[in-house]
Amino acid sequence: MEKATLQVKNLSTSFFTERGEIKAVNDVSFTVPRRSIVGIVGESGCGKSMTARSIMGLVKYPGRIVAGSIDLEGKELTALSPRDMSVVRGEEISMIFQEPMTSLNPVMKVGHQVREAVLLHRKVSRKEAKNKVLRIFEEVGISEPEKRYNSYPHELSGGLRQRVMIAMAMVCRPKLLIADEPTTALDVTVEAQILELMKKLRDEVDTSIILISHNLGVIAEVCDYVHVMYAGRIVESGETFELFDNPRHPYTKGLMSAVNSLALRQPSLETIPGTVPNLLDVKEGCSFAPRCRHCNQRCITETPALSELSAGHNVRCHLVREV
Amino acid sequence: MEPIKTREEKELRDNSFRAVCRRLFRENKPAAFSAILICLMILAAILAPVITPYSYEEIIDPLNRLAAPSLQHPLGTDEIGRDVLTRLLYGARISLLVGIVPTLISMAAGAALGILAGYMGGKVDTVIMRLADVMLAFPSMLLAMVIMYTLGDGIINIFLALALVNWASVARIVRAETLKLRETEYVEAARSIGVGSLKIMCRHILPNCLPSLIVLFTLNIPSAILSESSLSFLGLGIQKPMASWGLMVNTGRQYLYTNPWLSLAPSLAIMVVVLAFNFLGDGLRDILDPHLKKQ
Repeated sequence: MEKATLQVKNLSTSFFTERGEIKAVNDVSFTVPRRSIVGIVGESGCGKSMTARSIMGLVKYPGRIVAGSIDLEGKELTALSPRDMSVVRGEEISMIFQEPMTSLNPVMKVGHQVREAVLLHRKVSRKEAKNKVLRIFEEVGISEPEKRYNSYPHELSGGLRQRVMIAMAMVCRPKLLIADEPTTALDVTVEAQILELMKKLRDEVDTSIILISHNLGVIAEVCDYVHVMYAGRIVESGETFELFDNPRHPYTKGLMSAVNSLALRQPSLETIPGTVPNLLDVKEGCSFAPRCRHCNQRCITETPALSELSAGHNVRCHLVREV
Repeated sequence: MEPIKTREEKELRDNSFRAVCRRLFRENKPAAFSAILICLMILAAILAPVITPYSYEEIIDPLNRLAAPSLQHPLGTDEIGRDVLTRLLYGARISLLVGIVPTLISMAAGAALGILAGYMGGKVDTVIMRLADVMLAFPSMLLAMVIMYTLGDGIINIFLALALVNWASVARIVRAETLKLRETEYVEAARSIGVGSLKIMCRHILPNCLPSLIVLFTLNIPSAILSESSLSFLGLGIQKPMASWGLMVNTGRQYLYTNPWLSLAPSLAIMVVVLAFNFLGDGLRDILDPHLKKQ
């Protein structure tokens, strides 16, 4: 088996507030194999963005990583000093964000923002750096790169801005790209183009990608593996086809049935009753229990472990063999 | 793909020097007029030796003391026979310099400390901001007087005193701005490509603070000019025979009933400059502050 790009083991990230510890990421483990796209799905506040930030080393005070290891091709990221980590960022892992409207500095030419990444990590002259930027602009499908190089963010459309963001993240050819809801703020046609672009980059640049989304359609479209997160924990994970064909955790099933489908002509949209639990008071027991229709006594008193159903398909549920 | 925008919308977001000037002239006539006036004042101060044939410190006409305005002396002469208009022009050099230099120093220091405090947070923030609080707790005029008293008079010391009095309020405003900018996604994005703290502060946060800083600059200049006038009036600032507007008001005070032009001319000059800077500052704020746009 090929070596994995990234191995996350038992990662826990907590926020220490005046009201107590908030376990935003709770004992999360997953692997990103080389040249794969791994999806993380979940509702707002389930810890998927915090997982990404933990990997990037961008968890803000009062939060910090309390346990676990993050292994990037043999390099342990949690042990790095902030200075070493900022060298890894942009060079080996980089990230693109949800809001292309606000992710670019409004008073800086977009070309210079991308060039900043090159100058930071490569010992090249400004002119060479500019050429590199123009080349990556072309690669990510920005027409008229020379003209766009001197544009300010407000002169570009949302799709173009996201392309610039991707260029900025990819210009140093990182081993891992984390995309935090990259298409949520874009309309559907642009979304398809951006997803296509990410697949193309994966194939051509040899970059592994972690795609974070709450949109199951997006995940199904591009991902090789999927991890479903709920209340800071991974509740189900598996290969995309296996997981979509055969969802086993009640939460995953709920998510699937909550997808709007024109083909099925449902009279009304399915929902999961209740809301995401407050992460301040994480009790023993399955965190999904209060919203689960199959919940029994054991679910409330005992936290279920991840159990392997078939090769690579793991589920965190006591009742997985019954339901 | 190209978003449709009206010309007006594009201009609203364009903060280049030319665009700002154009909008200033179109939307805010008093501010534009003030800008021209200030430029003329600066020009007059620089060209003082060309404009006036007299000297500001030598007694030129001992027999013609306290003369009323005439063609020869448009604003009359003072108590030892010096031309008042000449002293007013030379005084503009000091007053404008005192308006601009200490303000620049206090802006630079305040911006640097404010960004540092806002971006770093924690202990750095606490130390800088408590220091600023202490500075702000003193009445600023009193503090400036104490500093001038200890350092002695002289123009460099006035610069120092006024800069020391003003940096704290600048630091506060810049810190607040930084706290807001620090959380923006583009700062986060910059960090995610490995940009270091110092570079983020200089290249991402400072340029985005500039609109506020420019406005703050124009609004702080008049207060610096007034402070210098007050200090000189109290005898702690510029010393004779140099000319400054505050000093001229002070010396003219004794002749207020008999020869009012001695005090009135510099007082009017102070008023006009202060008002002009205030109008300009207000106008710039309307144009540069996105929250006030289009109301």
